[in-house]
Amino acid sequence: MNQPETQNTEKGQEIIEQINKFDELPDAPPKRKIKLSWMGKIAVAIVVFWLVIAFIGPWIAPFHEMDMDGDDSFMNAHSNEYGTFVLGTDYLGRDTFSRVIWGARMTIGISLASTILAYFVGITLGIAAAVKGGWIDMGISRVNDAILALPSIMLGLIAIAAFGSSIPILVIIAGLIYAASVFRIARALGLDIMVQDFVEAARVRGEGVWWIIRSEVLPNAAMPLATDFGLRLVFVVLFISSLSFLGLGVQPPQADWGSMVRENLAGLTYNSWAAVWPAFAIASFTIAINLIVDDISAKSGGGLAKKMV
Amino acid sequence: MMLKMVLRRIWIGLATMVVVSVIVFVMTSILPGDVAQIVLGQSATPETLAALRAELGLNEPAYIRYFLWLGDLATGDLGTSKAGGAAIADLIGGRFGNTMVLAGLVALISIPLSIFLGLWAAMHPGTWLDRTVTFGTLSTISVPEFFIATLMVLILAVNLHWLPSTALLRDDMTFFELLLGLAMPIITLVIVVSAQMIRMTRAGILNVMNSPYIEMAILKGVPRGRIILRHAFFNAVGPIINVIALNLAYLVSGVVIVETIFAYPGLAKLMIDGVQTRDLPLVQACAMIFCGTYVILILIADIGSIVSNPRLRHPK
Repeated sequence: MNQPETQNTEKGQEIIEQINKFDELPDAPPKRKIKLSWMGKIAVAIVVFWLVIAFIGPWIAPFHEMDMDGDDSFMNAHSNEYGTFVLGTDYLGRDTFSRVIWGARMTIGISLASTILAYFVGITLGIAAAVKGGWIDMGISRVNDAILALPSIMLGLIAIAAFGSSIPILVIIAGLIYAASVFRIARALGLDIMVQDFVEAARVRGEGVWWIIRSEVLPNAAMPLATDFGLRLVFVVLFISSLSFLGLGVQPPQADWGSMVRENLAGLTYNSWAAVWPAFAIASFTIAINLIVDDISAKSGGGLAKKMV
Repeated sequence: MMLKMVLRRIWIGLATMVVVSVIVFVMTSILPGDVAQIVLGQSATPETLAALRAELGLNEPAYIRYFLWLGDLATGDLGTSKAGGAAIADLIGGRFGNTMVLAGLVALISIPLSIFLGLWAAMHPGTWLDRTVTFGTLSTISVPEFFIATLMVLILAVNLHWLPSTALLRDDMTFFELLLGLAMPIITLVIVVSAQMIRMTRAGILNVMNSPYIEMAILKGVPRGRIILRHAFFNAVGPIINVIALNLAYLVSGVVIVETIFAYPGLAKLMIDGVQTRDLPLVQACAMIFCGTYVILILIADIGSIVSNPRLRHPK
């Protein structure tokens, strides 16, 4: 009874060894290993830092985002009986440092939610268009072209004029506008993969459409789409904070990096840096993501991901 | 052959404009629901609502309203603003000119500047100069326009006191004062628009540098500067023209932010005010002007690349 089992394990081991050997053959596919340059590593650290702040921000911030505890508006760093104002106060005497921390949650949270929505809608429609083809593909592609033919900020302005501005509306607007570019990439990747031999083989085997999408198309599209996710997130952050800066995005008194710059712009002439810190926060986050994406696409030798971008 | 392709592109451009007008109309006139209700508010009586609906022609079906609106637009009747009831065409008139002056000056400065810097970086790949340009432009395209604007105000207006921080235009200004007032928005926009153009010019040249005939020139012993100016540049001109037109189109969104931050009395500022007061007819008119300009610039980019690249004229 025991004998066959050990035999089986031995056989299994043998097969694994063979597979390992196959990996070392000269024409084996290269193992995916992402090595970052020192700049890329710093960039990863910055992005992780802001993501952590976005999660735990409200617990570590010395003040609430709406506390008006400073001695006066546009003060430099000082402390009073309520605590220390590390970066000074904003136009209502609120702690700039705490508001930057609270703002991370708002800005990054909304942007992530919008980008995830854009990916969900874009990939679903893109893969569907690639797999089904025909009039479904035609229909979605034409609408998509029209959305891509316009500057996103214009679409955002028109939508906000029509529907007003609130956080759910912002997420939906940004999500749908950026779904258009995700759709284009997902569809192109889908079309590329659908004509590969292994998909043909799966079809001949009699696998269903859903199985092919799940086991062949999605895994092969994952890497280019992941690289693109970073770039898309940067665009969404810029879009959302630009709308907030125009006073059309996140509404006061909630802290958001874009609206913080707007509110405190007048302080610049009094030499207050209350508008500069949130602007630096946005810049550090978006530049860091771009550096990572740049690093990865330079290392992976471009390929489809680069062509798409 | 070439004429046929250009005409085809123009047709596609026109079709895009029609689709764009449908999108603008649907988003501003149909999706928000009853415009009469929005205008009059919750306290309106059914009689006044019905009267306003009849006046605005809201009782007609949507597609008829669309064609009426499109007809008005084509004949220059942009409707009346909800706030104050002024004719939108009058509101837009001077503002449009201001925005065109700003955009024109920015284009005049940024195009030669970007081509020069792009070429310069491409001539010295891998040096500290190239790396500075690459990192600087990457940083610029990854930050919002208002970041650049804020930084410029902080440096040029607050610390150095060289320039005023707003661009208030008056009729009695001297030419020098006018120039000083325009400087801030122009500098900001030039930085924003040039970054992408520099990157693409550099990439375009370096791309051509990989081709066999450049290798031939290198082996012949032609100096690098001469190779770039005499051999590579003319073959990279097509993509560069394309990039220039695309980035001038990008001015459309840059102008929105810059006019707001410097209080420049242009069309974009008017549109933002319209969005804030939810003045839908005004937003419709401004959106159509901006989107129309954008589509035309994209069209020029396409035609430019067809004309400058013979290979595109013979699609497989």
